[in-house]
Amino acid sequence: MSERKENLEETEDALFVRPFIMTGGRARPAQEGLRVETLVEAAPGARTALLEFEQRRIVALCEHPTTVAEVAAGAGVPLGVAKVLIADLVVGGLLVCHQPQELQLHLLERIRDHVRAL
Amino acid sequence: MSGLSESARGGAPLAVKIAVSGGLGVGKTTFIGAISEIEPLDTEAAITEVSVGVDSLAGVEAKTTTTVALDFGRITLSPLITLYLFGTPGQDRFSFLWDDLVEGALGTVVLVDTRRIEDSFPALDYFEERDAPFVLAVNGFDGAHHFDLEEVREALGLEASVPVVACDARDRGSVRDVLVALMDQVVEHHMRVSRGSPAFAG
Repeated sequence: MSERKENLEETEDALFVRPFIMTGGRARPAQEGLRVETLVEAAPGARTALLEFEQRRIVALCEHPTTVAEVAAGAGVPLGVAKVLIADLVVGGLLVCHQPQELQLHLLERIRDHVRAL
Repeated sequence: MSGLSESARGGAPLAVKIAVSGGLGVGKTTFIGAISEIEPLDTEAAITEVSVGVDSLAGVEAKTTTTVALDFGRITLSPLITLYLFGTPGQDRFSFLWDDLVEGALGTVVLVDTRRIEDSFPALDYFEERDAPFVLAVNGFDGAHHFDLEEVREALGLEASVPVVACDARDRGSVRDVLVALMDQVVEHHMRVSRGSPAFAG
């Protein structure tokens, strides 16, 4: 019985793919400053580029501006992994990155009014 | 066409975020779920799952931290503005991940459960140190609103400038009111900072 349990655990281990395999072991994004809410969008021509599976999936998710967090969730990879993959695509010119800027007062007030109207 | 400055000026989509913090099991996921358009992912469950596979191996702790799942919700405020709510991992041992979620946030909601008030200490310490807007939301479990908000403020030693509001994390309207209180604080903070007057006297 305990042997059977051991076998089961071995099978589970075999199914567990270490997340950073996808990044070649790299944990640091090639581009700094990607935040969870940073918007990324596929550059023109990115759809036809020759890419590995995970990167192709990310490009497909970014047809419209999409947050890094949603890309991670959509691709089913941890945030740290998503950041490395996204950063590679940004550096490679396949994703365009819309960095959040310091918001002006009128925009903050508008956000507050929208929240109040929820 | 995809020029950054051009699109940023003329009606480009904007994603902003608010962090939701507090101790483990205080109701962060419930709070986010009450107002989000999408089902929030459960961070706590994801951490446990990862631990099953990895925690038994020595020396890989640094890697497990990066596999913490995201706990977030989304609210479309207008065709161009989307608000995201990010829950910070509840366990103390993940508090160093907070920087990543809090950096660039409009502000933070710190949830507190009056039955375990000390659970909110790490979050409060963290946000009091940063000169960033936050509100304290006292989550009333089981309709137990048997507390005085000023007593909670006193018990936590909060400055008068930090709003303390009661909330029911299950109730959408209540969650919205907390977010409005925070946005009032965000706007006030912005005006104070841009005016250049000192944020605190002591």
